[in-house]
Amino acid sequence: MKRARTASLAFALLIAAAACGSSGGHPAASAPAGSPTTVAPKITTVRLLTHSSFAASKDVLAAFTRETGYKVKLVQPGDAGVMVNEAILRRNDPVADALFGVDNTFLTRALDAGIFEPYVAPGLGSVPAALRVDSQHRVTPIDDSDVCVIDDKSWFGHDGRPPAPTTLDDLTDPRYKNLTVVENAATSSPGLAFLLETIARKGESGWTGYWRALKQNGVHVDDDWTTAYESDFTAGGGGGDRPIVVSYGSDPVADVVGSSPHRDTPKVGVLASTCFRQMEFAGVLHGAHNVAGAQALIDFMLTRRFQDDMPLQMYVNPIVAGAQPPAVYRKWVVDPPGASSIDPAVISAKRNDWIREWTDLVVR
Amino acid sequence: MTGTAAVTREVRGARLARAAQIAVPLAFLGVFFAWPLAAILARSLRPGAIVDVFTDASLRQVVWFTLWQAALSTALTLVAGLPAAYVVARYDFPGRRAFLAFVTIPFVLPTVVVATAFLVLLRSGGPLAFLHWQPGVVPMLIAHVFFNVAVVVRTVGGFWANLDPRREEAARMLGASRVRTFTAVTLPLLAPAILAAASIVFLFTFTSFGVVLLLAGPAHFTIETEIYRQAFAFLDLRTAAALALVQIVAVLVIVTALARLQERRSVAQRIVGGADVARRPRGRERIVVASILGMTTVFLAAPLAVLVWRSVRVGGRFTLGSYRALGSSASASTLFVSPWAAVANSVKFALIATAIALVVGGLASVAIAARPGRSSRTMDAFLMLPLGTSAVTIGFGFLIAYQHAPGWLADTWLLVPIAHSIVAIPFVVRTVVPALRRIDPRLRDAATMLGAAPRRVWREIDLPITARAFVVAAGFCAAVSLGEFGATLFIARPDWPTVPIAIDRFLVKPGQIYLDQALAMSVVLMLLTAVVIFAIERVRVRDLGEI
Repeated sequence: MKRARTASLAFALLIAAAACGSSGGHPAASAPAGSPTTVAPKITTVRLLTHSSFAASKDVLAAFTRETGYKVKLVQPGDAGVMVNEAILRRNDPVADALFGVDNTFLTRALDAGIFEPYVAPGLGSVPAALRVDSQHRVTPIDDSDVCVIDDKSWFGHDGRPPAPTTLDDLTDPRYKNLTVVENAATSSPGLAFLLETIARKGESGWTGYWRALKQNGVHVDDDWTTAYESDFTAGGGGGDRPIVVSYGSDPVADVVGSSPHRDTPKVGVLASTCFRQMEFAGVLHGAHNVAGAQALIDFMLTRRFQDDMPLQMYVNPIVAGAQPPAVYRKWVVDPPGASSIDPAVISAKRNDWIREWTDLVVR
Repeated sequence: MTGTAAVTREVRGARLARAAQIAVPLAFLGVFFAWPLAAILARSLRPGAIVDVFTDASLRQVVWFTLWQAALSTALTLVAGLPAAYVVARYDFPGRRAFLAFVTIPFVLPTVVVATAFLVLLRSGGPLAFLHWQPGVVPMLIAHVFFNVAVVVRTVGGFWANLDPRREEAARMLGASRVRTFTAVTLPLLAPAILAAASIVFLFTFTSFGVVLLLAGPAHFTIETEIYRQAFAFLDLRTAAALALVQIVAVLVIVTALARLQERRSVAQRIVGGADVARRPRGRERIVVASILGMTTVFLAAPLAVLVWRSVRVGGRFTLGSYRALGSSASASTLFVSPWAAVANSVKFALIATAIALVVGGLASVAIAARPGRSSRTMDAFLMLPLGTSAVTIGFGFLIAYQHAPGWLADTWLLVPIAHSIVAIPFVVRTVVPALRRIDPRLRDAATMLGAAPRRVWREIDLPITARAFVVAAGFCAAVSLGEFGATLFIARPDWPTVPIAIDRFLVKPGQIYLDQALAMSVVLMLLTAVVIFAIERVRVRDLGEI
């Protein structure tokens, strides 16, 4: 009993301390950096808020630390939607200095919330103009990728089965009935991208008709990419029964690199005429403690070292001129020039209505 | 203990202890739950959005679906779990402890992993394909039973084991049939434990997220999945906050009603040591015991077996490659620490969370059991609230409430076990309070009369009698901590991931090897759970035996 009481006392103290700390104003770390009156300790870490798919090689991050003196500390609260919300909720006192991974479907919302401070990265000149979508430089483009319809190559073209599909319209053809699995546009980022793809290709007046036909043809909707790809897709390792899935243009690369036992050619193909372009951006967060570190990190993300590492870490395309992804990536990635896109501002204005309409039409 | 000074010290000590019983749990929950919750609601809640929840037909439908699926899931879980609770309470059979540890495994597995296993079982070509089940309400209900059956078996089984069988024997002797004995004697005596288990299962299924998302199909939404959808698909934090408030109020009402019922049904009774009562099954009993154990085991083992099978069966042959790959440098870059470090983190967090939950929950239990009535019901309901609050809500609450907190509080790994312990405390309360309530007060009176100080009474009477409940609760706490995902994702920094976080990291990477490693990691989590629970249950408590 004595011990129990000591423990409770310790807790009471902890709680009291917590309560005091929280109401006791800002901690020392939030004093303005470089203020002449205080001797601010040199900030040696830079905090990066990002989504849970972020990955980089250890030696690449070590190189950043070597070159700039900053150690990268990651904050990964969940998927891109969670991350953007976290940044918006903590607009005035951000949990990190920089953010990486806001994509074109969330971009305008993030910009409108004012979570970024403008920064013109010196490396921006080597990024194609089409990707520099924010004229005020609040975000810097870092990578792009494509969400496409993927097929299991070995499934088609034998035993009386049709050849592999090649277009969006093929998916509504009765020969491909009950063969397609897609993700929920309301809960999954590739699901939303595919909805946007159908809107981009079929127009604002035509996409609902397309989805009606798709539903008629037995399309299956899963709530997330993992279930769709790993469980329901025939080539996904879970032994599913649908050979057509919505996934990424880099899937043939992932299929070869992640094959077990090892294979040299991918089992999956990409329907190049069904791709929607996704871009990811980084920015310095408003109110960052370590602004210099955040800027250095964004600069670093545009260097060859980081850009060449991304493809096999996150399966996204480098965007700076002269970047050289590993051979296996260059060999198998499908990055069609004709991938469609929609202006981020339009997406922002209409996404909720589109998602609601899609939900009522397809899953209810 | 002679001399006035000593007596005064005792009295003052007792008064202090009584104050601590209430103050510590309230302060703990206040800082780590109520404050973040209030912070996020104050920030995002708008009256108009609350009205919308009740006027918008689709939102109303979400609330209704959440309620009835949780009620049905709870009823089914009780039906599935009570026979096994009976068997472990009343019979002694080889592997009894292993069975109890095994039953707990589903409880901690990440939903995404279990959903995958269910889909493998049910899909065309799978062993259960003949059922023709598409994702929908039925697989969701079955998964809810699968996850929560441990709550019933452990909570009710632990209580049942201490039930004096002579009352039942007397009823039988007086001519009551087996059925009548069960309904008229056993069931009423068990009621507090059954209600305790039911309220926990109800809360878990009421706030179920992964199972609903993955197995119910995209057409079904619970309040929990709708909060997520509103917040992250529509970026509409106001509707999300309104739904969170509705969820919390519903939970409060239901929990208070159940606690009241539980309190009213509690009777003081003679406690027996489980080991004295449990015996080897004889004759026909052997068939009953074997079939109950067999059915429970098959039901729980099938999805687990699918996981193990898939983790060692890669590319059509058997291999331990996925397990070896866990230590490779490729996986280190995804996680930024080795998966084995995640195992170490999980064990460390589980032990700390268990210790915190036992202390805080134990104090609260004593306070609640000692003072029946409205105030203790309120406290009880307050402690249960975290189970009924979405991880998203609390995660964002932490974010806002602690934004000006010093780094050691806002950015410490200690927050992870603290968050786990908040989820675990209701288990401690639910397990310990029924045990405390049935202590015959005359035992305490007798001890006091014989000159024992309050502390001594607690040590000599309450503690031994409730020790078994504490052991059961400890097992639960460890299980809750090992399996917790939602809140951990928000709080844990990438440099100290837990095993469920590591599994998630593997799952979001494309490529067969990562899926294989996620499955291998899930099997590791299964084994880890079994080992931890088994170890905790080695703790023998005096002559009351172990469960």
